[in-house]
Amino acid sequence: MERVILHSDMNNCYASIELLHHPELRGHPVAVGGDPEARHGIVLAKDQLAKKAGVKTGMALWQAQQVCPGIIFVPPHMDLYLRFSRLAHEIYADYTDLQEPFGLDECWLDVTASHSYKGDGMKIAKEINSRIKSELGVTVSIGVSWNKIFAKLGSDYKKPDAITEISKDNFRQIVWPLPVGDLLYVGSATRRKLNHCGICTIGDLAQTEPELLKKWLGKMGLVLYMFANGQDQTPVSQEDYHAPIKSIGNSTTTPRDLETETDVKIIVYALAESVSARLRENNFKGQVIELSVRDNELYSFTRQHKIASPTDLTSEIAENAMELFRNNYRWEKPIRSVGVRACDLVQANCPVQLDLFQNEERRERLHKMDVAVDVIRRRFGYASIQRGMMYQDRLLSNLNAKEDHTVHPHGYFEAGNRTGVNVMC
Amino acid sequence: MAQSKIYVKVTAVFTPDGELTPTSITWEDGRTFEIGKITDRRRAASLKAGGTGIRYTCMIWGKEHYLYYEENYKWFVEAKNE
Repeated sequence: MERVILHSDMNNCYASIELLHHPELRGHPVAVGGDPEARHGIVLAKDQLAKKAGVKTGMALWQAQQVCPGIIFVPPHMDLYLRFSRLAHEIYADYTDLQEPFGLDECWLDVTASHSYKGDGMKIAKEINSRIKSELGVTVSIGVSWNKIFAKLGSDYKKPDAITEISKDNFRQIVWPLPVGDLLYVGSATRRKLNHCGICTIGDLAQTEPELLKKWLGKMGLVLYMFANGQDQTPVSQEDYHAPIKSIGNSTTTPRDLETETDVKIIVYALAESVSARLRENNFKGQVIELSVRDNELYSFTRQHKIASPTDLTSEIAENAMELFRNNYRWEKPIRSVGVRACDLVQANCPVQLDLFQNEERRERLHKMDVAVDVIRRRFGYASIQRGMMYQDRLLSNLNAKEDHTVHPHGYFEAGNRTGVNVMC
Repeated sequence: MAQSKIYVKVTAVFTPDGELTPTSITWEDGRTFEIGKITDRRRAASLKAGGTGIRYTCMIWGKEHYLYYEENYKWFVEAKNE
């Protein structure tokens, strides 16, 4: 039987939720933007009016003000958005347990099996659309198709508050004229390459020899060919599915530019504390430490190295990150953002070869200390215990990397290639 | 602009099966209104007051009023705009 897949996308999610809670702002152009004081000063979301005026997600707040003088900025309320996302998932759960979120505001639903008692895809889409409107007070666009790729294109096709069905009869008319950049996994680099080869629409891509695409783009060429022809077979994951964790990391844009090694050290330690606490929470140790740095002209680089034995110790993670930093940064410019990551994870209790030159007794003590800090913070809050160095600059150290940690959309291939195309050939 | 979302004090009853039913509303000025009957309960958003929650349709002195139970455990009503 042919699959029935829905892709539901909350329209201007953050802005709609803010407007719902501030009825007095309705009728004004509104943008949800970070805190300009802490320099997270970009537009995260905008409402229809601001969109019409030319405000784009990712613009600096001052730029948005220039293109749309009357715009009102609202600070984001992540907890509220998470709550709405959960409420939407509760509604989806009435129709299927095969629901796979793509970020906070988007979700794929496989409703194939609900056909007999909930009706066909269009009927379910209409029901979900009207229930979200009346129960949550925000609107969704839904795409209905037989594969995830076209379902997503369908939800983007008409906005806001619309339903688009892409069937085997009409996909040539609806999908194929769209620019090739609309397809999932055609980013700006791939688009440029394809345009260069004379492929401008999804239809062009679908009618190109797959062998040729493979020559130009490698294995991804074959995958994109399948996507464009609606042959993607990637299943919608179960709602409680979690892809295996491959690495744990945190990064932050600092409240002011970092100019000395002490500044960097404060931030690296704050990030390392979060990474190490999350490693322990998930019962992992990392064998590779990675550092990423971005300067104030947005040039960035990443460096990593393997360490002697797997670790979840804050001090080892931080010291290794600092070593990478000292070996690789020349201080030509001040730094805007820093990230620390532990990769090549192993189970925390896996046997290790002890090192003669490493003081295992001391490591054991450090581990106990980290665990004690975890417990104190869990009971009395993050700020209840801090390292002395954090007092050197309270502005910089006012960062709770662990709890301010935001979840980003998971990659389409995170659970491996399930498209049905055998890229090994 | 007048506040259109008004949080109120509510007296409610939990049945042994865990069902929550409001029985009276106490207004800001201290007046208390008994809820005669609840004709409907459903999850709903209030575009007027700005919020979402479980909406109880309450009959108070023969008139229909909406009472919302928000996820933050607060109850609110929509203000009547004169």
